[in-house]
Amino acid sequence: MALAFDEYGRPFIILREQDQKTRLRGLDAQKENIAAGKAVARILRTSLGPKGMDKMLQSPDGDVTITNDGATILELMDVDNQIGKLMVELSRSQDYEIGDGTTGVVVMAGSLLEQAEKLLERGIHPIRIAEGYEMASRIAFEHLERISHKFEFTEADMEPLIQPCMTTLSSKIVNRCKRAMAEIAVKAVLAVADLERKDVNLDLIKVEGKVGGKLEDTELIYGIVVDKDMSHPQMPKQIEDAKIAILTCPFEPPKPKTKHKVDIDTVEKFQTLREQERKYFDDMVQKCKDVGATLVICQWGFDDEANHLLMHRELPAVRWVGGVELELIAIATGGRIVPRFQELTTDKLGKAGIVREKAFGTTKDRMIYIEHCANSRAVTIFIRGGNKMMIEETKRSIHDALCVARNLIRNNSIVYGGGSAEISCSIAVEAAADKHPGVEQYAIRAFADALDAIPMALAENSGLQPIETLSAVKAQQIKENNSCCGIDCNDVGTNDMREQNVFETLIGKQQQILLATQVVKMILKIDDVISPSDY
Amino acid sequence: MAIENLFKDEATEEKGERARMASFIGAMAIADLVKTTLGPKGMDKILQSTGRGQSVTVTNDGATILKSLHIDNPAAKVLVDISKVQDDEVGDGTTSVVVLAGELLREAEKLVNAKIHPMTIIAGYRMASECARNALLEKVIDNKLDAEKFKEDLMNIARTTLSSKILSQDKEHFAKLAVDAVMRLKGSTNLESIQIIKKTGGALTESFLDEGFILDKKIGVGQPKRIENAKILVANTAMDTDKVKIYGARVRVDSMAKVAEIEVAEKEKMREKVQKIIGHGINCFVNRQLIYNFPEELFADAGVLAIEHADFDGIERLGLVTGGEIASTFDNPESVKLGHCKLIEEIMIGEDKLIHFSGVAMGQACTIVLRGASPHMLDEAERSLHDALCVLSQTVNDSRVLYGGGYPEMVMAKAVDELAKKTPGKRSHAIEAFSRALVAIPTTIADNAGLDSAELVAQLRAEHHKEGSNAGIDVLTGSVGDMAKLGISEAFKVKHAVLLSATEAAEMILRVDEIITCAPRRREDRM
Repeated sequence: MALAFDEYGRPFIILREQDQKTRLRGLDAQKENIAAGKAVARILRTSLGPKGMDKMLQSPDGDVTITNDGATILELMDVDNQIGKLMVELSRSQDYEIGDGTTGVVVMAGSLLEQAEKLLERGIHPIRIAEGYEMASRIAFEHLERISHKFEFTEADMEPLIQPCMTTLSSKIVNRCKRAMAEIAVKAVLAVADLERKDVNLDLIKVEGKVGGKLEDTELIYGIVVDKDMSHPQMPKQIEDAKIAILTCPFEPPKPKTKHKVDIDTVEKFQTLREQERKYFDDMVQKCKDVGATLVICQWGFDDEANHLLMHRELPAVRWVGGVELELIAIATGGRIVPRFQELTTDKLGKAGIVREKAFGTTKDRMIYIEHCANSRAVTIFIRGGNKMMIEETKRSIHDALCVARNLIRNNSIVYGGGSAEISCSIAVEAAADKHPGVEQYAIRAFADALDAIPMALAENSGLQPIETLSAVKAQQIKENNSCCGIDCNDVGTNDMREQNVFETLIGKQQQILLATQVVKMILKIDDVISPSDY
Repeated sequence: MAIENLFKDEATEEKGERARMASFIGAMAIADLVKTTLGPKGMDKILQSTGRGQSVTVTNDGATILKSLHIDNPAAKVLVDISKVQDDEVGDGTTSVVVLAGELLREAEKLVNAKIHPMTIIAGYRMASECARNALLEKVIDNKLDAEKFKEDLMNIARTTLSSKILSQDKEHFAKLAVDAVMRLKGSTNLESIQIIKKTGGALTESFLDEGFILDKKIGVGQPKRIENAKILVANTAMDTDKVKIYGARVRVDSMAKVAEIEVAEKEKMREKVQKIIGHGINCFVNRQLIYNFPEELFADAGVLAIEHADFDGIERLGLVTGGEIASTFDNPESVKLGHCKLIEEIMIGEDKLIHFSGVAMGQACTIVLRGASPHMLDEAERSLHDALCVLSQTVNDSRVLYGGGYPEMVMAKAVDELAKKTPGKRSHAIEAFSRALVAIPTTIADNAGLDSAELVAQLRAEHHKEGSNAGIDVLTGSVGDMAKLGISEAFKVKHAVLLSATEAAEMILRVDEIITCAPRRREDRM
C-alpha cells in the first residue's frame, strides 16, 4: 500500500514494517471510526434519564462497581479502540468542566456521528459536514441562550437551587431520597460559596462515606470528619473548645536529611545521648502544651514514648492524618499547618467548638468529628448506606449535584430539562437550515435530527413510544410556541417541564453541544488509520 | 458495521436480558447456598480453606460462610457485601438478609419475564418496603421501662438467636451468660470489655462467665502467684534492649574493654528503668512487649509480678478494666494513673495456667470462658456467642422487640398484600411479589426443619388474619404456635436492617442492564 518506486523502478518503503500493520483509508476509515463512536454511545444510551438503567462493571481486580454515571462507566470500561478512547475523553472533559451531563454528551456525539454516516454515503465531503455541524452548533448555542431563564436565589431561599439538583439526582439510585440529598448538596455548596465572586471551591467540601445505616441517615456536618481515632486508647473522646495544633512533623527523634552517623565510643557519650533523647521527647510535647493547644493533629506517627507523654500531659492527639484532610482541618479551624515544633505559636492554633470520637456498629470503627469550627467554610457530607457500592454510587451522585449547584451560583441561567431544550434547539436549527445556501444545509439539518436523539432516548428508556412521543411534543412546542415542553418520563400527566420542575443548567447544556460537536468534527477529519496489527 | 475490538482483549460485555439473567442467577445461587442454614433446624457448612494447612471451619453463620467464598459473579458480590455489613452493624440476621434479597430477585425475575419493566418493579418494591416497615413499627413491643420484663425479653432474644447455632443444646445456659455479660455493660455497645477465651477440653456446659478479667499469659518464674490489693502498671515499652532512638547512632569502639563498659552502661540503663517502674509503688507490671530475663529477674527480686507480651487488645482491655493508663515513660511516678484490683492469682483451666484479675475497678468488664471438645466447636461457639452479644447490646440501646418464628414476616406480608390490593397499575404486581418473597422466609424455616411448609404457612396466614394474633412457626412441635407464650423474640433493629438492606441490594441489582467485565489483571508468574 505505502510503496512507491523511484525513477529507476526501485521500490522504497514509506511505512516501516508495513506488513505488520493494518491500514484503513478514505471512506472505510471514517465508517470504522463512526462505528466505534456509535458503539460507545450505544452502551450509555440506556443510562439516560430518570428511568435509565445502571451498569455493573467488574474491574481487573474483581471489584464490582454499579453506576449510572456516564463518566464513571466509561472510565472503568477498559476501552481499547482509539476512537472509543476519544469518547471517553469527551465524557471526562464534561465531567471536569461541568460535572453533570456526562451521559448526555456521549449520546449526543453518537447520534451526530450516526447522522454524519448517512451524509457520507450521499457523497458529501467530511469537511463540509464538519463545517455544517459547526454552524449548527453555534445556532443551537445562541438559541439556548435565548430560551434560558434567569433564576434568582438568595441564601435564605434555596428552593431554586434545590430543584435543578433534584433533577440531576433523579436519574441515580439515590432518587429515593433525592429531596434530602439535594438539600444537603445545596447547603454544602452555599456554606463554602463565595457569592460575591460567584465562585465555589468544591475542594472545601469533603465527601466521606461509611458503610452501615441507611441512606436517610446521610448528613451534612459543618466541620470535618476524619476516619481516624485518637492515638492513645485512653485519651478523652470529647474535647470542647479545642485549640488544635496542626503539625506536619513527627513525634519522633529527628532525622536529618543529610547522611550522618553518631558514634558512641564511651560510656559518657552513651549516657548523654540517652539523656538528650528523653529530653527531646519532653521538649516536643511541652512546646505543644506551652502554646495552649488542647488537641494535636499530626500528619506522621508517634513514638510510643511520645504517645504516652502526650497522654500524660492530657494532650489528646490524632496521628497519620492525610495531607488533604490536614489542609481542610486547617481551613476549617482557621489554624496554620506547622512544619516544625519551634514555629509553633498560639496564634497558629486552630479552633473548634467540639471535637468528638464516634463509634459505629459492632466493630471497632471510629471516626473523629471536628465541629463548630472557627471558620465554617469547610463542610463534610457524611454518607451512610447499605453497602459499599451504594456508598460509592451516592458519592458520585452527590458530586454531580454539588457541581450543578456550583454552576448555578456561577451562572444562574437555567433551561428546562426532559429533552425540552434539545427539541427547541432542533426546531430552531431546522428552521435555520432552510435559509442556508450550499451543501452545509444538509449537515445543519442532520444536526437538528441528531438533537432529537436525546429526547428520543429519554422516551425509549421510560417505556414510551419514542417516535410518537417526540413528534407530539415537537408539534406542541411549535403550536404553543412554548420551549418548555419535554418528555414526560415519570408519567406525571403533563409535559410542561415548568410544572414538573425539571431544570438543567444553561452552561451544562451549552457545553454538551459544543463538546460533542468538537469531538465529532475531529473524528470526521480522520481519513487514514494506521495501526499495528495483532502480534 | 459491528465493531469488534472496542474493549481490550478478554474484557467481556453482557447486555440486556443476558446481563439481567447473569445477575439474577448469581444472586439466587448465593441465596440458595445459605438458605439451608436458616432457622433453628438449619444445617451447617464445612469450609475448607485453600491456604496452607487447609484449615477447616464448620459454621452456621451466613456472614462467615459468604466471607470465605471466592465469587466471580458481580451480582453475588453485592449479596456478600450486604451480609458483611449486616454483620458489622447488628451482628445477626446475616443469613436472613441474603435469603430475602435472593427471594426478592427470584420474584423480580418472574415479573421481568412477564414483561414488566425493572423500574416499575423497583417502584413497587420501594412502596412495599416502606409499608412493611410501618407494619413492623406497629407491632413492636417496648418493655424498656419494666426492667423485669425487659430482662425476659433479652433472654428470649438470646435464646432465639442461639437456637439456630451449635449452642442450641445449651441455649438456656448460654443465653444467661450472654444476657449477664451484656447487662454488665450498662447500655454501652462497646463489646471490647467482654472477653472471650477459648480452651479446648470439657463440655460446652462447663463454659462460664467470670466477673473479672482473665489474661491468657503466664507469670514469670520466681514471682508471686497471688497478690491481694494489686497495684498494676500497664505499659507499652521496650523491656528487651532499650535502643537509642536517635537516628544514625551506632556504637563504634576501639577495644574490647570499651564494649564491656558500654554493656555495663546499657545494663545500668535497664536497671534504672526497672527501678523507676518499681518506684511507682506497684506490685504488678504488665507490658505489651517482651521482657527479657534480666529485667524479669530484677522484678522478681523486688517481688513484683511481671507479665510480658500481653497483646495489644489485652493491654487496652486491661487498662480499661483496671482504670490504669497505658504508660510508656516512667519519669513522673506521682501522676501516672495505676490500675487496681483486689486479687490477682494464677488459675488453671483445663491444662493451662491463666492469670485472673478479680475485683477490678470497672465493674463492666467480664470474661466468658468457653469450653468445648474441639477447636472447630469452640470457634463456632465463639461466633454464635458473638452474634448473641451483638444483638443483645444493640437491643439494650434500642429496646424494641418483635416476636420471632416467622411472625414479623407474616405481619409484613399481610400489610404489603393489603397495599397491593389498593395500588392501581403495574406496580401492584411488584408489591404482591414482595409479599411472596417475605413469606419465603417462614417457608424456608419450615422446610429446613423437615416440616410441611405449604400447610404450615397457609395455617399461619389464616391465623394472622385474626386481629392481634401472635402466631408463628413452632419448629419443635411442627405446628403453628403462640410466639408470646413460647417466648421467641427477635430484636426490631435486626429485622429492620434485614428489610432495608435486602431491598436496597435487590434494587441495585435490578437496575443493572449491562455488565462489563474488565480483563483480569495478570499475575506475574514467579519462578
